[in-house]
Amino acid sequence: MSIIEFRKTSKHFGDLKVLDEVDLSIETGEVVVLIGPSGSGKSTLLRCINGLEQITGGDLLVDGISVRAGAKQLRRIRQEAGMVFQQFNLFPQMTALQNVAFGPRKVRGLPRAEAEAQAMRLLEKVGLAARAHHPPSALSGGQQQRVAIARALAIRPKVMLFDEPTSALDPELKQEVLNVMRELAQEGMTMVVVTHEMGFARQVGTRLIFMEHGKISVDGDPVQTIANPPNDRLRDFLQHV
Amino acid sequence: MEVDWSVVPGFLPQLLAGARVTILIALAGLVGGTVLGLIAGLMRAYGGVILNAIAFAYIEVIRGTPIVVQVMFLYFALPVLAGVRIDPMTAAILAIVVNAGAYIAEIVRGAFLSIPRGLTEAGLAMGLPQWKVLTHIVGPLAFRRLIPPLGNQFIVSLKDTSLFIVIGVGELTRTGQEIMASNFRAVEIWTAVAVLYLVMTGVLTFVLRLIEKRMRIL
Repeated sequence: MSIIEFRKTSKHFGDLKVLDEVDLSIETGEVVVLIGPSGSGKSTLLRCINGLEQITGGDLLVDGISVRAGAKQLRRIRQEAGMVFQQFNLFPQMTALQNVAFGPRKVRGLPRAEAEAQAMRLLEKVGLAARAHHPPSALSGGQQQRVAIARALAIRPKVMLFDEPTSALDPELKQEVLNVMRELAQEGMTMVVVTHEMGFARQVGTRLIFMEHGKISVDGDPVQTIANPPNDRLRDFLQHV
Repeated sequence: MEVDWSVVPGFLPQLLAGARVTILIALAGLVGGTVLGLIAGLMRAYGGVILNAIAFAYIEVIRGTPIVVQVMFLYFALPVLAGVRIDPMTAAILAIVVNAGAYIAEIVRGAFLSIPRGLTEAGLAMGLPQWKVLTHIVGPLAFRRLIPPLGNQFIVSLKDTSLFIVIGVGELTRTGQEIMASNFRAVEIWTAVAVLYLVMTGVLTFVLRLIEKRMRIL
């Protein structure tokens, strides 16, 4: 069974069709890189997976559960799918450690000590144990994003969703975030990544999807697809990123 | 007539008794008004169409009419309409609750909606129900932004209690008026009354400063 399955999934914002009957299956262990021009629907596609956007047509299953199965089921899906945002979205009133421990405590009901011990291990994993007791405002963008990755991992998801995780970062800070993502992929985490980092797509991605006008226009192996774009629009797009 | 400040101490017990009534109305009114404002504000910010419309109507009616008319309505018109008779003190407290509640509702709505949407999404994305996102993430942040405008409203409401002179509540302004009527010491008495108001609003400002200092706005 696929971990994520789009079945003729559509999404409209009023009259605007952002996703147009998308069919897509993602298997466990895949690292899917989503690219496409702005407005092509790639972020919306990602946000439909955990129900931050509601689909308006077709169906979408995550770990066998439909995103339309109601609020309770949707919360189950969200616990299976961790998300990392472009703007990090760390909780500013909490330290890095508290941010990471928050989900396990409030979602999974873990006792504080246990949640914080686990949070500390995750911060070590992203190389930020030394910054555990700092608030987000005292961290660089790259550090904030690594904390955000640890926070998403803390709820023990089966899939990680990345929505342009490095787009708000200076070039020298992008790499530290991409390195953490690469390690995660090497550990076998299933990942769906919206990004413009073609280097990451080539080296880490197992599958490259190019979206246009709410449809999947190219779906293939990243190395081959980038070397030999199967259509002009992708060739064009690759020349601009 | 000469200005003679020595008359003030003699009337001080009476004025302080009036100030006590003012504090009582303001305190009870503001506690109730904050609760009501919180509910109405959250209805505006997060309620569906119906809840939102109810809160909107309430806020518009109260903000669109003078508080004197509101308290007159409660005290004189309600007995006629609903057959419930309430004493002046109850009418005064109720008027502050209802009036402050409407303004506080807008303050609450503004504070909650000013918290970046991304933080709500981050909370939802980890599988929290909406109410937990509000109580654990957005609420604590909104509370910090609430304090300055809330303090402003508290001061306005405290001073608005002086308008309840119209229904004969024995608060500070009314007390001053009564003393005036007997000795015509306008300068001394109204100065004393003004100073007492300043002391009360001053204490309020100080307390709010303290709270604000302890809570950094994030």
